[in-house]
Amino acid sequence: MAAANAGQLSRVGVAIAVIAILPWVVPSFAVFDLIYVGAYAIAILGLIVLTGMNGQISLGHGAFMALGGYVVAVGVHAAGWPYWVGVPVAAAACGALGIFIGLIALRLAGVYLALATFSLAVATPSFLKHFKSVTGGFGGLSLDSVTTPAGIPLDAQHWLYYVTWASAGVAFLVTALLVRGRFGRALRALRDDPIAAISFGVNPYFYKTLAFAWSAALAGVAGAFFAITTAYVSPDTFTFALSITLLIGAVLGGIMSFWGALVGALVIEFLPLVAQQVNAGAPSVVYGVTLILVMLFVPDGIVGGVMRSIRRLSHRPPQPAFEPSVQPAAPVAADQPSRE
Amino acid sequence: MHDLAQQIVNGLATGSIFASVALALVLIYRAMGIINFAQGEMAMFTTYIAWQLVTLGFPIWAAFAITIVVAFVGGVALERIVIRPVERAPELTLVIVTLGLFITFNGLAGWFWGYIVKPFPTPFPTSPIQIGGVGFSAQDIGIIVVSLVTLGLITLFFQKTKLGLAMKAAALYPEQSRVLGIRVGWMLALGWGLAAVVGAVAGIMIAPVVFLDPNMMQSVIVYAFASAVLGGIESPIGAVVGGLILGVVLNLLGTYVDAIGNELRLAAALAIIVVVLMVRPSGLFGRAKVQRV
Repeated sequence: MAAANAGQLSRVGVAIAVIAILPWVVPSFAVFDLIYVGAYAIAILGLIVLTGMNGQISLGHGAFMALGGYVVAVGVHAAGWPYWVGVPVAAAACGALGIFIGLIALRLAGVYLALATFSLAVATPSFLKHFKSVTGGFGGLSLDSVTTPAGIPLDAQHWLYYVTWASAGVAFLVTALLVRGRFGRALRALRDDPIAAISFGVNPYFYKTLAFAWSAALAGVAGAFFAITTAYVSPDTFTFALSITLLIGAVLGGIMSFWGALVGALVIEFLPLVAQQVNAGAPSVVYGVTLILVMLFVPDGIVGGVMRSIRRLSHRPPQPAFEPSVQPAAPVAADQPSRE
Repeated sequence: MHDLAQQIVNGLATGSIFASVALALVLIYRAMGIINFAQGEMAMFTTYIAWQLVTLGFPIWAAFAITIVVAFVGGVALERIVIRPVERAPELTLVIVTLGLFITFNGLAGWFWGYIVKPFPTPFPTSPIQIGGVGFSAQDIGIIVVSLVTLGLITLFFQKTKLGLAMKAAALYPEQSRVLGIRVGWMLALGWGLAAVVGAVAGIMIAPVVFLDPNMMQSVIVYAFASAVLGGIESPIGAVVGGLILGVVLNLLGTYVDAIGNELRLAAALAIIVVVLMVRPSGLFGRAKVQRV
């Protein structure tokens, strides 16, 4: 276990070094994209907590991003808050909404939760358009762009980059600590064998709701950085497509590992930029087809697939961070009934 | 009063669209326990095919007929190629696969036909129909009639034909059906084909009203979810009744209650979904599920 930890730590060290150096070696327009990658990574981490560990599915995390983004925008725009106040307030607001929706989610099993969150994602822009006096309606809210605090020798873009990624670092660290401790154990137990876990005194309502709230808070932070980076929020920023994009990132990256959040975030930021050059519809087609192929052939995503091949090559026994809740499709045998 | 009657008929027209898409969802759910998130996008895609045929010079009803055949074949093919390999995978996998289909069809429609909203020719006369001194839109009446005929045909098919009964048996009792020599796998594929047909009819009927664009079915599918949940997700009758109720209620709320208006209709549908699932998950017509622990 100690060896595995050392390996893990060195990989984290490399990742931090790469993230620190990256904005100085890429062209300046790409720094902007990398800020979004940071925000996406935080949101996808939230989905990994929810789906990979809690066994719940959300097709509506864009709604939490919308709340986070609008909390910052309204706070800065109407109440004159400094930006740095907006981010934790956004997290708290989304965490609170997450507790509420998490309590509802307890009562909705599997596919019903997917259905309800799908509807939430589709309805979100119309909510934003309806409450015009707060949200600015169709036109949204514009913000002043971020400036570097006095005394820090960075331009605004690089400053925002480091703030976003530092926040992502904090989000990953806190989540990792949560997952390793009592909270993570309780969630895994509840997901894998709820009846046994409850018999051992694990309170399902408490832990599952808490996981939902944490996941929502992460999405809120991501939404806050979205708003700050774009310096603008509108109902069209937080469409159904955003929610689905987050899920795509989580599934493609891999919902069994935190690394999946980084890989997934890179994919959903850069793949559309490349595919768009073919055709406006191409990103969706590529997403959709890959999503289906991934589910058919590598249900644990890019990171899971790569880790499995490495393990197979080095003949090490598998040691996933947590057991998969999505399993490969069982081959259909001709002599078995095709469903139960 | 005339106004109210018109609003109710208008609500029944949109309601019968919701009912059709909800029925398509129920057909697949009952057979396989899957919510097909792509149902609306499949309908949208087939509607584009109809539009293409009309643009090529086919008369609208001919285009309608060809589209229905294409939808049926397409639905069967999708089940065989994409769904069959994951048929017994966990729920989450199935949700993600049908979402994959959702995004793929949405992207393909954008790729082939662009994202600019297109008008779609109505197959019905434009002059109003007079019933009891009140003028009703011929389009509304036409939508209701075509949808109800489609739903009626589906019901007859399941109740009166051997194939329909075999499909019902395969959905409800797969193992026993297999013993009796019914090819369960193909019955499920036929179910997908039929669902795609019902969806295509709904798409062609609603397109002249909402116009054609790749996102035209996004709200419709939410209303269809709400209808199916309201009626009971396992009940075909429930889906139809749920759809009609929802259509009328939402239309009246949107027209007469200012606080709801057009924008909060989706929110109302969301509220219906959540409340029904929490209070009475089996819906109006479903049977309560008993689970052995």
